[in-house]
Amino acid sequence: MANFITRTRGRQRLHWTDWASYAYLGFGVLLMFGPVLWLVLSSFKTETELQHYPPRLLPYVQQTVTLPGYDDPLLVFHVTQGPLAGQDVAQVRRIGLVSQMVRPDDPTTIVKVPIADREPVEHVALATSNYQKLFQRFNFLRFLWNSTFITVVATAITLLVNSMAAFALSKYEFRGRGTVMAMVIGTLMIPQTVVLVPLFLITRDFGLINTLWGVIIPGAATPTGVFLLRQYMLTIPDEILDAARMDNASEWKIYWRIILPLSAPAIAVLAILSIMWRWNDFLWPLIALSQTENFTLQLALNSFRGEFTTDWASLLAMTVLTLVPVVAVFAFLQKYIATGIASTGGK
Amino acid sequence: MLKLITPLMQIVDVPMRALQRLLGPRRLAWAFLAPNLILFGLFAFLPVLVNIAYALTGSDQILLRDRPFVGVRNFTDLSQCASYLDANSCKIDVFWRAVHNTAWFIVLQVGFMVGFSLLTALILNRKIVARGFFRAVFFFPVLLSPVVVALIWKWILQDQGALNAVLEHFGYPTVNWLLNPSWAFGWAVFLSCWAHMGFYTLILLAGLQAIPRDVYEAAQMDAASPWRVFHRITLPLLMPTMVVVLVLALIKGVQTFDEVYAFTGGGPGSATTLVIQYIYQTGFAGAPRLFGLASAASIMVALVLVVLTAVQLWITRRNANG
Amino acid sequence: MTQMRLILAGAATAALLAATSASAVELRFECAQDGNECDTMNAIFQKYTAAHPDVTVKMDLVPYKAILENLPVDLAAGTGPDLAKVTDLGGLHKYYLDLTPYVNKDYWEKSFGKTLDWYRAGAADPGIYGIQTQLTITGGFINKTLFDQAKIAVPGPGATWDDWAKATVAVAKATGAKYPMAMDRTGHRFAGMAMPYGATYFDDKGNPELSDPGFAAAAKQFVAWNQDGTMDKDVWAGSGGATYADASKEFINGDLVMYYSGSWQVQKFASQINTAFDWEVIPAPCGPAGAGHCSGMPGGSGVVGFKTTQHPKEVAALLDFLAQQDNYTTLEAKSLNIPAHTGVAAAGVTYEGATPEAAKALNAFSAQVPTLSPVAYAYQGYKNNRAMFNITVTRLTQAIVGELSMDDALARMADDLKQAVAAAN
Repeated sequence: MANFITRTRGRQRLHWTDWASYAYLGFGVLLMFGPVLWLVLSSFKTETELQHYPPRLLPYVQQTVTLPGYDDPLLVFHVTQGPLAGQDVAQVRRIGLVSQMVRPDDPTTIVKVPIADREPVEHVALATSNYQKLFQRFNFLRFLWNSTFITVVATAITLLVNSMAAFALSKYEFRGRGTVMAMVIGTLMIPQTVVLVPLFLITRDFGLINTLWGVIIPGAATPTGVFLLRQYMLTIPDEILDAARMDNASEWKIYWRIILPLSAPAIAVLAILSIMWRWNDFLWPLIALSQTENFTLQLALNSFRGEFTTDWASLLAMTVLTLVPVVAVFAFLQKYIATGIASTGGK
Repeated sequence: MLKLITPLMQIVDVPMRALQRLLGPRRLAWAFLAPNLILFGLFAFLPVLVNIAYALTGSDQILLRDRPFVGVRNFTDLSQCASYLDANSCKIDVFWRAVHNTAWFIVLQVGFMVGFSLLTALILNRKIVARGFFRAVFFFPVLLSPVVVALIWKWILQDQGALNAVLEHFGYPTVNWLLNPSWAFGWAVFLSCWAHMGFYTLILLAGLQAIPRDVYEAAQMDAASPWRVFHRITLPLLMPTMVVVLVLALIKGVQTFDEVYAFTGGGPGSATTLVIQYIYQTGFAGAPRLFGLASAASIMVALVLVVLTAVQLWITRRNANG
Repeated sequence: MTQMRLILAGAATAALLAATSASAVELRFECAQDGNECDTMNAIFQKYTAAHPDVTVKMDLVPYKAILENLPVDLAAGTGPDLAKVTDLGGLHKYYLDLTPYVNKDYWEKSFGKTLDWYRAGAADPGIYGIQTQLTITGGFINKTLFDQAKIAVPGPGATWDDWAKATVAVAKATGAKYPMAMDRTGHRFAGMAMPYGATYFDDKGNPELSDPGFAAAAKQFVAWNQDGTMDKDVWAGSGGATYADASKEFINGDLVMYYSGSWQVQKFASQINTAFDWEVIPAPCGPAGAGHCSGMPGGSGVVGFKTTQHPKEVAALLDFLAQQDNYTTLEAKSLNIPAHTGVAAAGVTYEGATPEAAKALNAFSAQVPTLSPVAYAYQGYKNNRAMFNITVTRLTQAIVGELSMDDALARMADDLKQAVAAAN
């Protein structure tokens, strides 16, 4: 039990707490990954299969067969009862409760089968057309570019502006510092959702509506970023700065030669947070952008939602595609995040 | 990348040096703050001020100049209740339902999330095979957009969803999860924990790893009981991290909106309508748009948040000093 | 000589190009799509621009949420598009461009008649503002196969809501289908039940109300049906606020005997039900008073131009082009919609690519258009109807889940409506 709370010291045999831990982690993997796996598999399902109940894990489609004398492919059913029991037959048409079937080897003789006595023959098939449709239907690359541009530029601006402010707030004694800090925390409280309309009007007055900058600029100065970076920079010893000042380094040089490199872990954390926020942002871009050429992936994704119907197959495929880049960035940055959070959180 | 940044920084250095000579190193702080403050001022504070102006005006007009001044009527309407504990006795009953829901939501969500984050962090802090993998797994949902999170769980939990299909398969009675107010609320809390737990787990894990090992070794020498070690060593040393986690979780908890809105739409009835959703649907999505009422509600919520944060900061400070 | 001609031609082209770019007009068209109606409309607009090289039309395909929530803000702030496909027909009236000076008023009046009113400020307003591109009508679908399996006769024309409830409950019981009836979660569809019960929606003076005896009777019946399982409770009670929800999934899966929705579902059902079962459109169910008190609710969307546009003449010309009989016929035929244009309706539309079931269903809906009650037209054209829809949904749901008693819900509806009307005027 002591080991559970501290840590095991690498004994030979696994203690029961180890088993419990692995069971918990295994369950965690299931709970955290399972739903996402479900999402990915669903994105390969046809619209009909998506509506199917009970839902099935794998994407199934009903088998069809093309027979001479019929223009369209016919659906294949397995007959469970009656004279054709055990055979796979093709359905020509269905009238009320009776199905008109033909045997594939004898496509001209119609046999009537009650619909209760047949079941569809299905096989697993990936509906990759969900993905192909995306590229045919609209300018996917344009949306990808817009999203990438917004994410990258906004993150760069956020990192620069926030780290400068955090530097000032952590390493200088000046009148008004407390007020500025209170302001930062104050803004932390206000979710963007409640000021949408005023924010829209202000952004319009700057002529930024329907430009990518209208999405980038308003959210660039994140209070969370300032807060996070300042907490971290407080831990950098002042002696290093003083030594640099002795060497006649300018304050700006101290900022970018000393403070920035030393805060790298915290900056990595903010970077991933910012990338996530920007990439997934929906409500604000929806308001700031209404012209297709400026759309981000999230907006394009949601244009599959009409008034009455949602094109789920396309929407899910698009969702999976938009997930790929964040996951990739995360995989790349995750080492830094771990150490980054390690250093910010503890202090 | 660095090759690009270095000359850029050197160029900036020239005017900054001049500024430093002009202002002196101390007042240069304002130069560092300026870009952030300008953006803050324009896009965070100005909207709040405009919001106050909206709160004092009526009608469904969007532009301020078209809106008639109504004084504090929006505030009095919102606070007109026979009993604040009974939403049905209030003039604006949905707002108060949302307030009650949000209060419960925060208590449960912050409680469960911090609890499970701590448990997960403790387990990940053990000598575990493939720790990096498990850490990444628990962080993974944080990457998903709120809408996707809601979409996934809605598909699982709806009446004809995956969970019911599994229950049916094993012969258990199915439950209409999103139709029962208590279940729907419980699932909303769960979903929110699921989506955000990874972030807090990582922070807590970092806090745990920062605790020096020799402290534990000393405790083991004294043959202290495990619970005692946890209670007397781990928890106190983890306290600063816990405070950060609690402050952030609380603020984010009050601001919860997208994921629950996309998940249940606030239903059944108004069982999962949270206060930000009320503000959004009153002021932005509703018909007619009652901006005034929505702004007044947002100001009332902000005031509560400021008080809550002040209390927390006071606790933090006391903690830091003691 | 040939060379000379080439040079001259080149110069002429260059001059033409210069002229075009100098007077080039770009119109932005904002549209949210369910099936293919935006794409079809865009194709017709491109046909127009091919004939008028100085005009280009750019379509912005947006989420429906943007049309509903952001477009009004954009319009108020002056950052809106030149034209858009809208659904809040009366509510956005103040932003509409009056097409009267630019189009043949007689043609429009003759062709679009009643739907023109939906875009107007009131009865006294003679303006022409929009073209109804999608006329929808609410109505019921039944799973005919379930009726056959249960060996229960489908109620005939003149059947009341009560008859349908009894029949569908019996069918569900006999076949094991999960839900007898379901209705989309919107006050618009609810009106299709309330009007047969006698709801008037407006008092003698023309003021809106949500508390007349007919409305209250329908509301009570609806809540009771939800609570006793006659209605699929999921649809209404499963959501909050005024969020839209439908039951098409349940219907497609064969779990639902009768589904009260509307004409826009036809295409989806045709493609997704395929041959799984037979489905039909039923005549509008009647109220307790019997035949003669049966009406669906019209609705749909239309394309309008906005006052803020820099190019009113071009916008009007474009809309006029779309309103011409042949273009309008193409639009309806391809997007599988019921025509609002009397000439097109009289001539009949041959739906392109529609299965026989779909065509039959669409024609069944078209046949119901003349029977719509005047209340239905008035309600659809009322500028605050969206507020009334939302209030109905929010409060009725609260009554269904037990947050409010029926009487409290009705009282709250009246209060909410008073507040909404006060704010909107």
